[in-house]
Amino acid sequence: MDISAFLLFWAAIFTSNILLTNFLGMCSYLSVSKEVESSVGLGIAVTFVLVFTTALNWLVYHYILLPFNIEYLQYIVFIIVIAAFVQLLELLIERYTPALYYTLGIFLPLITVNCAIFGVSLFMIIRNYDFLQSIAFGAGSGLGWLLAILMLAGIRSKLKEKLIPIGLQGAGISLIITGIMALAFIGFSGVATIQ
Amino acid sequence: MNRKEIFLVSAFRENSVWKQVLGICSALAVTNLMLNSLIMGLGFTFALALSSLTTSLIRNYTPRSVRMIAQTLIIASYVIIVDILLKAYLPEISKQLGPYVGLIITNCILMGRLEAFASKNPPLDSFIDGIGAGAGYTLVLLVIAFFRELFGFGSLFGIRILGVWWTNWSIMVMAPSAFFLLAMLIWIINKRYYKLG
Repeated sequence: MDISAFLLFWAAIFTSNILLTNFLGMCSYLSVSKEVESSVGLGIAVTFVLVFTTALNWLVYHYILLPFNIEYLQYIVFIIVIAAFVQLLELLIERYTPALYYTLGIFLPLITVNCAIFGVSLFMIIRNYDFLQSIAFGAGSGLGWLLAILMLAGIRSKLKEKLIPIGLQGAGISLIITGIMALAFIGFSGVATIQ
Repeated sequence: MNRKEIFLVSAFRENSVWKQVLGICSALAVTNLMLNSLIMGLGFTFALALSSLTTSLIRNYTPRSVRMIAQTLIIASYVIIVDILLKAYLPEISKQLGPYVGLIITNCILMGRLEAFASKNPPLDSFIDGIGAGAGYTLVLLVIAFFRELFGFGSLFGIRILGVWWTNWSIMVMAPSAFFLLAMLIWIINKRYYKLG
């Protein structure tokens, strides 16, 4: 892949947003997006974890799995790296910044099961990104996810007093809003394309 | 509950996709073609049913503190088998599904079924429950894929259904239609099946 890391960063936020075009990280996106504040907290945590786990997974894949010819173990190894990193982060935050722990703490377990984190690691392997590209892709995907959940939370907080059919409340209307957001983001697709 | 009821409950009444809206990432991503959806659904059912069986078999020997990591490793092992089988026998489809086969590991439906059912029930019941949940998931995939492939490509399973007069709706191939179709499916099921609103 001869695409600059800088371009990749912007493309990951807008033209190939991890949530709006690749559908990753939907579960926590739909369940946490009721409040703007908690959405921002989760979005920042996701971005932070994404940058570090893509870097770690890239190193593990290229310096451990490839030399020993055990690429087929990548799923297990990546999941363990992500779970271990989140666990470590939780311990460190609890030890050194208790205030941050109480705002961020509840979101950290949610991140291990967020498929956007695992998905970005898999995309980076399939698309043969180098180290710098992977970090840019991870950071861009995290910010793109943050942008998407922030927009949904903002719209949902305005919808609270509106009359919505009972069968469509909650997940249904959120999916429709997401669809409209995805339509709007297609408008960016002329800027850059990454596959 | 007898085994038939277990199957029906986990496939329809407690269907993870439309009842709890879980695990929809891959449900949306692979549904632009019927064939891809069917293969994805079968792989998912395979991984879920066997993970349920395994989790249930070792449920009395697993300490509670390592339960989650044990379940994750069991799921990952079966997903690796699915991935290797697809690469060997259906390389073209494996390439089209891309990372979404691997993403079965982080699909919340699997963890949900293992936690809610397989860690408390006997092996054969858990196996049936896994097949039921997998069948329910595959059904949703196929329903969405039916509309997306029919209107987006004018075909079903790659066979041309609509004639030359048909203009393909390119929006059906792209992401937004998947969100709209799932929202409509959930709305219809809430109204007709659960009698809400």
